[in-house]
Amino acid sequence: MLVVDSIEVFYGEFQALFGVSIEVAEGETVAIIGANGAGKTTLLRTIAGVLRPRSGQVRYRGMRIDGRPAYAVTRLGVAMVPEGRKIFPSLSVRENLLIGRQSRRKGPWSLERVFDLFPVLRERADFPGIDLSGGQQQMLAIGRALMSNPDLILMDEISLGLAPVIVRELYETVQEITRAGTTVVIVEQDVTRSLQVADRVYCLLEGEVSLSGRPADVSREQISLAYFGV
Amino acid sequence: MDWAGTIVQGLLLGGFYALYGIGLSLIFGVMRLVNLAHGDLIVCAAYLSLVLIEVTGLPPLLTLAIVIPVMFGLGVLLQRGVLNRVLGSGPMPPLLITFGISIMIQNGLLLTFTADTQRLPAGSLETASVPIGGLATVGVLPLLNMAIAILAIIGLQQFMGRTDLGRAFRATSDDPTTAELMGIDSRQIYGLAMGASLALIAVAGILLGMRTTFGPSDGPARLIYAFEAVIIGGLGSLWGTFAGGLLLGVAQSIGAAINPGWFQLAGHILALLVLAIRPTGLFARTRDL
Ligand SMILES: Nc1ncnc2c1ncn2[C@@H]1O[C@H](COP(=O)(O)OP(=O)(O)OP(=O)(O)O)[C@@H](O)[C@H]1O
Ligand SMILES: [Mg+2]
Repeated sequence: MLVVDSIEVFYGEFQALFGVSIEVAEGETVAIIGANGAGKTTLLRTIAGVLRPRSGQVRYRGMRIDGRPAYAVTRLGVAMVPEGRKIFPSLSVRENLLIGRQSRRKGPWSLERVFDLFPVLRERADFPGIDLSGGQQQMLAIGRALMSNPDLILMDEISLGLAPVIVRELYETVQEITRAGTTVVIVEQDVTRSLQVADRVYCLLEGEVSLSGRPADVSREQISLAYFGV
Repeated sequence: MDWAGTIVQGLLLGGFYALYGIGLSLIFGVMRLVNLAHGDLIVCAAYLSLVLIEVTGLPPLLTLAIVIPVMFGLGVLLQRGVLNRVLGSGPMPPLLITFGISIMIQNGLLLTFTADTQRLPAGSLETASVPIGGLATVGVLPLLNMAIAILAIIGLQQFMGRTDLGRAFRATSDDPTTAELMGIDSRQIYGLAMGASLALIAVAGILLGMRTTFGPSDGPARLIYAFEAVIIGGLGSLWGTFAGGLLLGVAQSIGAAINPGWFQLAGHILALLVLAIRPTGLFARTRDL
């Protein structure tokens, strides 16, 4: 479904990704792990069309999408739950969710269905989105992405800064989302948590893929080496 | 001094500044762009109307039906063809480009229409007035302008608050990168915002052109009035900008009543006082567009 083919990505003169290749099949949940600054967010932002690779390709369902603007990629069915949640501050909870409709895609997700998935959002629908707690904001960011009726959803560190019970709850909904057939790419520093839900895992180290495989097939030592480089 | 009359006249004049200011703060709000050609585009709309009147013989008010869509289209073209290309490269390039456009418009108008001041022939409308509460008589044209300014604000608020496109405007204003990730084409939003801005000022430009004279070099003064309306009212609130425009008009009108030379000065002093005492403006809301 998604093929990232040896992309090199730069911020000005600084190279953040070196020939990174990953593949994601329809219906899979793929985890991308790696330490601070490894390039995980850069990889997601390149897939989503925010950044352009200097070389290499990103293909989605056989179409090249590198070089297309982010809004066009979203309209093809690739949604992002961005790092830091990025709730629109001047929009209410409901309005933040309704923004998801800008993808102009038809599908199963509606305001009501997102409210059923995260009932707390229904209770606070008319509050400003940024008045929610961190965990609720993360639910809102996931709900907003679902509202675009994506086929592929990219999630960037949804557990960051949240209490373990909330993280567990969020991961349960991630599994609900994957069960419904949506393909998920999940970026995490929380290795244990992400390996529990992933069908396959890639590890990034200083801008390169240092390990890939099925969670069952890779040992703790291999992961630790690929993650820290030592 | 006839205080009531002076203040009423000031309020009516302020209605024009309110529309100028709303147009300016709309684009600043959505894309953080300061359009230095704003005033010249106002004057441009009046000349456009003048040409239409001479060519077609239409009465000035009816030219609005043509000038508004033309200015809207011009705004979209200006944004998509020129300004969108330099957005995201810091505040300087858009400033320089709109400054250049301002000079081009002024010189273009000077070459085409000479430096003579013009006036749109409004016929009997020009002087038509209605008495209000026995205090003062007020012109029909500025009343019409005031009504349009109020309707424009209500319309914009409904649009921003209740429609998908309006929410997309606000999301883009908050965070354009994330808005794009949600499927919003920010460049299209910017084009529409500039179009809406120019459509609004077309109304003010034409109605004011029926009441007072205008010339090719009047743009910068109108830009300053627009700025002052926004400064006094505060960025981020349409009603604030509206009130700022009215206060500016009243200040100018009182200044002129005391001494005809103090017309502009009184407005500048009010704007400077607000800047010094309450830099966010008198009616700014902290969290909003
Ligand atoms: N806007 C930017 N400009 C310059 N360098 C950047 C920018 N964003 C990221 N980088 C650099 O690129 C590298 C990869 O950053 P990236 O954000 O992709 O890492 P990450 O794996 O997501 O890290 P984290 O786990 O902390 O989110 C880092 O060295 C970072 O400093
Ligand atoms: Mg990151």
